[in-house]
Amino acid sequence: MAKKKENSAILSQEKIADGIYSMWLKTEAAEEAKPGQFISMYTNDGSKLLPRPISICEIDREKGALRVVYRVTGSGTGTELFSRMKEGDIVPVIGPLGNRFPLERAAGKRVFLIGGGIGVPPILELAKQLECDKKQIIVGYRNEETFLKEEFEENGEVYISTEDGSVGTKGNVMDAIRENGLEADVIYACGPTPMLRALKAYAEERQMECWLSLEERMACGIGACLACVCKTKEKDHHSNVNNRRICKDGPVFLSTEVEI
Amino acid sequence: MDMRVNIAGVEWKNPVTVASGTFGSGAEYADFVDLNRLGAVTTKGVANVPWEGNPTPRVAETYGGMMNAVGLQNPGIDVFCERDIPFLRQYDTKIVVNVCGRSEEDYCQVVERLAGEDVDMLEINISCPNVKEGGIAFGQDPKAAEKITKAVKKYAKQPVIMKLSPNVTSIAEMAKAVEAGGADAVSLINTITGMKIDINRKTFVLANRTGGVSGPAIHPIAVRMVYEAANAVRVPVIGMGGIASAEDAIEMILAGASAVSVGTANFHDPAVTLKVIDGIEKYMEDNHFQSVEEMIGIVK
Repeated sequence: MAKKKENSAILSQEKIADGIYSMWLKTEAAEEAKPGQFISMYTNDGSKLLPRPISICEIDREKGALRVVYRVTGSGTGTELFSRMKEGDIVPVIGPLGNRFPLERAAGKRVFLIGGGIGVPPILELAKQLECDKKQIIVGYRNEETFLKEEFEENGEVYISTEDGSVGTKGNVMDAIRENGLEADVIYACGPTPMLRALKAYAEERQMECWLSLEERMACGIGACLACVCKTKEKDHHSNVNNRRICKDGPVFLSTEVEI
Repeated sequence: MDMRVNIAGVEWKNPVTVASGTFGSGAEYADFVDLNRLGAVTTKGVANVPWEGNPTPRVAETYGGMMNAVGLQNPGIDVFCERDIPFLRQYDTKIVVNVCGRSEEDYCQVVERLAGEDVDMLEINISCPNVKEGGIAFGQDPKAAEKITKAVKKYAKQPVIMKLSPNVTSIAEMAKAVEAGGADAVSLINTITGMKIDINRKTFVLANRTGGVSGPAIHPIAVRMVYEAANAVRVPVIGMGGIASAEDAIEMILAGASAVSVGTANFHDPAVTLKVIDGIEKYMEDNHFQSVEEMIGIVK
């Protein structure tokens, strides 16, 4: 009974790109949060029951605060309600939830940290905490609105791809890897499923260790409702079928474990 | 104040349980809720063999509720008996095992297996709208519902609760049918079949196309059906459907429910069941009820 839904106060909020917002929350969840975990954020609108699972972008243990960077997914959505909230407003949260990126796998290795679209934010705290031999951060955006770019530059070598070619490599993160002739031993990634699928194939071809953070529609966020499962190669110990729970067993999986 | 209720000979410490499928077998919620406080824990449906469930997306939010088409993913009765029953037995609460199946034989196998297990009641799910075979096929035809009830009763060592679907013309007729088949109690409502379309992607939101709607949006429908069922049968009714507060639960009890299940609201607040229990107690105090039993079905 250690966990609870907590009323968390907004410390600050700003728009950092078109439809992309950055919010700092004062929350007990900061105490134990690790890179790759997420929080369930609730709106204060009674017609919206379910939490929004939002990945943790930065952790400030001293201030007891978490930063989330999220995309407004449409008009009338929960994320739109979050975007209208101000400093001092209350966001009910549960967290930290899920597993984490296994940072220890990077020791002495050449690493790719890859984020695409709204999968970019969780890569920031990972980039800050990761200790490795060569830290190559590859982030993919739609256009010149390369949010969090400066913060990434303080934490490693940064390579950018944009769909419209306005910054860095034109195309996606795979194109950026090829164009820059980058090589690594371990990959950590979060982003849209097509990107993760390409990375899984890339890593398996080269027999590289590749950690993918997956996303799926969730309801409970704590592993009970079985909404957010992914297919696995082997039978899962908990489900006793070839399904694992993204919210509880993930969101981070070894690429060879999952079918995406 | 006496919070106890008697459901088909099983005494619960209070009238509050959880709706099957919203609470797993309690392990995940035990971090948030003292399971000892619940009248009963109703488990996620379990079949004779493991089920993979439906493709994703399996859930979508709707106004004042949600839709799901999980498709009864479950680890099968063997794993359930080895892992989930011993887990729940650590707590001072009743165990209601929800049973699902694709055929009469499937249901009977699970019920027979549970006859030798330390569980308190069985809830037979003949109302899942999200699996193609079984489930709902038994829950929309009174004759089929009566027949499956009779079949499982032959193997059951624990009292049998038949879980009814709202996707029928007459809930009273369905309740009477399972009572005639020997049901010891009925529970209702399961989810209401719905559909949601993504207008940007121009396709169904759920991989299964349709799903079961639940949550506060369906509560008035559930209250009406609980009322109709409770007035049609003599066996106890367990009321559910959109209960998110003590007030919602009390409505159900006044309509005729002997106990209530909290479902979707667990996703909004994992500790909501405790608030419901405390709220019922406060209402009893304020309204001078000595026992929950006194409240059941007093609105006629």
